[in-house]
Amino acid sequence: MNRKDFIYYTAMGMGASLLPNGGLFARPIDPLEALNERADAQTKKALADAALNEAKSKGATYADVRIGRYLNQFVATREKRVQGVSNTESYGIGIRVLVDGCWGFAATNKMTKEDIAQTAATAVAIARANAKLQGAPVILAPQQGFGEVSWQAPIEVNAFEVPIKEKVDLLLQVNDVAMQNGANFVNSLIAAVNEQKYFASTDGSYIDQDIHRIYPNFNVTAIDRASGKFQTRGALSSPMGMGYEYLNARPEDKVSGVVTRYKHRYDMLEDVQAAARNAAEKIKAKSVEPGKYDLVLDPSHLWLTIHESVGHSTELDRVLGYEANYAGTSFLSLDKLESGTFNFGNELVNVTADKTETGSLGAVGYDDEGVKCKKWDLIKNGILVNFQATRDQVHILGENESHGCSYSQGWDDVQFQRMPNVSLQPGKEKLSVDELIKDVERGIYIIGDGSFSIDQQRYNFQFGGQLFYEISNGKIVGMLNDVAYQANTQEFWNSCAGICDASDYRLGGAFNDGKGQPSQSNAVSHGSATTRFNGVNVINTARNI
Amino acid sequence: MAILSKEEAQAILTKVLGFSTADECEASLRGAEEGNIRYANNAVSTAGAASTMVLSVSSVYGKKVGSASVNEFDEASLKKVVERSEELARLSPENPEYMPMLGPQTYDESPTYVEKTAAIDPAIRANMVAESLEVSKAENLEAAGFLDNSSGFRAMMNSKGLFAYNKSTDVSFSVTIRTPDGTGSGYTSNSFNDVSKLDTLAMSKVAAAKAKNSVGANAIEPGKYTVILEPLAVSDLVSWILRGFDARSADEGRSFMSKRGGGTRLGEQLFDERINIYTDPTNPDLPSATWDSDGLPLKKTTWVENGVVKNLAYSRYWAAQQGVDPMPSGRGMIIPGGSSSLEDMIRGTERGVLVTRFWYIRSVDPQSLLLTGLTRDGTFYIENGAIKFPIKNFRFNESPIIMLNNVDDLGKTERSGNIMVPPMKIRDFTFTSLSDAI
Repeated sequence: MNRKDFIYYTAMGMGASLLPNGGLFARPIDPLEALNERADAQTKKALADAALNEAKSKGATYADVRIGRYLNQFVATREKRVQGVSNTESYGIGIRVLVDGCWGFAATNKMTKEDIAQTAATAVAIARANAKLQGAPVILAPQQGFGEVSWQAPIEVNAFEVPIKEKVDLLLQVNDVAMQNGANFVNSLIAAVNEQKYFASTDGSYIDQDIHRIYPNFNVTAIDRASGKFQTRGALSSPMGMGYEYLNARPEDKVSGVVTRYKHRYDMLEDVQAAARNAAEKIKAKSVEPGKYDLVLDPSHLWLTIHESVGHSTELDRVLGYEANYAGTSFLSLDKLESGTFNFGNELVNVTADKTETGSLGAVGYDDEGVKCKKWDLIKNGILVNFQATRDQVHILGENESHGCSYSQGWDDVQFQRMPNVSLQPGKEKLSVDELIKDVERGIYIIGDGSFSIDQQRYNFQFGGQLFYEISNGKIVGMLNDVAYQANTQEFWNSCAGICDASDYRLGGAFNDGKGQPSQSNAVSHGSATTRFNGVNVINTARNI
Repeated sequence: MAILSKEEAQAILTKVLGFSTADECEASLRGAEEGNIRYANNAVSTAGAASTMVLSVSSVYGKKVGSASVNEFDEASLKKVVERSEELARLSPENPEYMPMLGPQTYDESPTYVEKTAAIDPAIRANMVAESLEVSKAENLEAAGFLDNSSGFRAMMNSKGLFAYNKSTDVSFSVTIRTPDGTGSGYTSNSFNDVSKLDTLAMSKVAAAKAKNSVGANAIEPGKYTVILEPLAVSDLVSWILRGFDARSADEGRSFMSKRGGGTRLGEQLFDERINIYTDPTNPDLPSATWDSDGLPLKKTTWVENGVVKNLAYSRYWAAQQGVDPMPSGRGMIIPGGSSSLEDMIRGTERGVLVTRFWYIRSVDPQSLLLTGLTRDGTFYIENGAIKFPIKNFRFNESPIIMLNNVDDLGKTERSGNIMVPPMKIRDFTFTSLSDAI
């Protein structure tokens, strides 16, 4: 590997302020440093044991440690220029203890056994200080120790091993295609994440995991100076739990139609060409007439509606009130679950939670409290059947095995309940997008995600999108603009009028889903096939200032 | 260790620059100590603490820049990080937007650091939360809240003689108090540099009152209403405005500050003439660092005067392109108000909606800065000068630019989070649908 090629542009640190810094403790590194091993499993085991032993000796009834090395790489460009290349590493240890039935947590990036033991003692002191303010003592679901095990994301190409120059060349080519096709401005980005996580607990688990994520993205802007109007079109890519192979386009992963969409591989150059054309079309597109429409939602759009309305409402910590001060609670309740009759949606609607789907952002071998990951039903034939839970919550559901939903964004943040992949299951009958559209009299076909907002109990939502196509009497007749739809979650999922079959199933996802205080970021995928919803309220969002 | 004094920071940075052989070199240090406690259902749920310090070095040859960082501070580590940044700089292509480093600057003093805030420990945090829980428990309500305090410092020095140092403290508190049956909810939040200004007991009482008063909300039709926005609700919306005061995106034609036909809205009457917006890092109620990451001094800056746009932010690069002086972007927005109290404003309202706060606010259209979101934690109907009854939450679709053209009255300015704004009475605020959320 050529060192100059590898780190080419790395040092454009002056532009790095434009880029996410990867957390309080993240520090910029040379991209080659990312390929060095920080510590082997045996070294990490010794450090983990130092923490576990100290915590136990100070009175903890349970302790877990996470030694984490979190690598981020961002390559960002605009037009003919590299805006910045940022490589960050965050390395340290987080120690969580249970003392007198109350949690305490402390973290450090000083990785000597002495500092780690001192940090464990701090975690115990914090738990003790808080124990006087605790409610019911924490009840942990039993968890077997797995001994020394490991899990590796099944990637083909480690994005951190791909020279920076190759990424820069691709992005500058993307920008060039956009400008050649009439864009006024274009920004493009490749983000890569590698989480090297070592978990150990007093249950006897020592779990070494290697997790990869990638997100290629762009935004094309078209401007009409005379009218003062501007429009943008973002990429139809998705962040994925994959390596750089996501960017090696394959014909079998392309979904043709009014615009090409993508499955497990993404063609960035093809998409940006379409985007430049779309942005110009959007400026001239007809402004939508407000009213009721049947919506046909592409998976590149629907993932976000699933995420907000189903994913967040079925988080048990929200249901129980633990997020009341920030993200909010949920319109769902234990009563609604226990009734066994709560119609979240109609009988077409089946939603699963899953931490195992290959290529998804949520896929991992074990969660951040050492629970082996799995798949389970949240909504079955329209009925609410379960929530998402962690070890200290699952007893509330009458279950004695955690769902494996514990996650922390870094070693320096405490782990808590985070969303697994939550996906709408495709229809069982064969159904294509064309067949779905052909019966729609007055509708809008929406592709790509846009503006999104939902209330703190997940009833009322409003979504925009990237591309809106008017459907009239079963045919796409042109592009619309200024579209947003508003609905109530339960009414919306009960208006589901058809789901395409598995051949149309695709993942979308959130690279940085926020929750918790201090706020933490989680990456999660949502699969679906194109789905129709009848009679949804559409508003016109155009205003003049 | 994480919070260095000015002299300690200066000593390390001087040593670092001594190792430099590049045309230009800049070294910066930052450190922080943070602690927090989170509670829900009237009990602590999580708590934590963390500390860190990192040194970053940028070396420059011509327009070739290299950066590296380290979190070890022995002499060998300091030397190594300089060498690594120089190696990276030599291997890099030129950055066409690179601007030479600034020479020595003079910075104002700002009271950003308060010893008493820095001295908060886990026991003090637990006591502050206990005061909040007293309120909820005594009234048979349920509290969920978050208390977070931090101390930090930043220092930078370059080979042209610039040195800047700032240390600061912050304490932030928010609490949601709900009725046990979930039919009422109230909220307050604020941030201060000085913990003696934070009263978790008094704030919790406000949230508790809102929780009780919001029980039994009626639904009223969405539409255009006169609204009275409490300072928190105002800050939720107007804090979006200054992000658009960027000259480059305005000149490029892709911001609400761009003018039809080209150019920017600088000098235009964009708001009601009662609207003034400025930033001032030395304001004693909202102090912040007096220098930015480039080392540019931050001064009191007027962005809007009598509704007219007076300044846009220019990066050093964009300023050079446009032949103007650089103007650092503003932080810590201040909108001066009038003398009316919230109660006065309610008394003077025939028919309107009182809003405690907004939630889940997202941009819908950057062209008009149209935002959507919802009311939350206390929304009330006002009739004939008095609060009549709580109402169900609304979704709004409104632009803060349009809103600041529809001003009826401005109350007394106060700190709300990291800005200072008055409560506002606004005409024709657009609510587009109802929400069942409480």
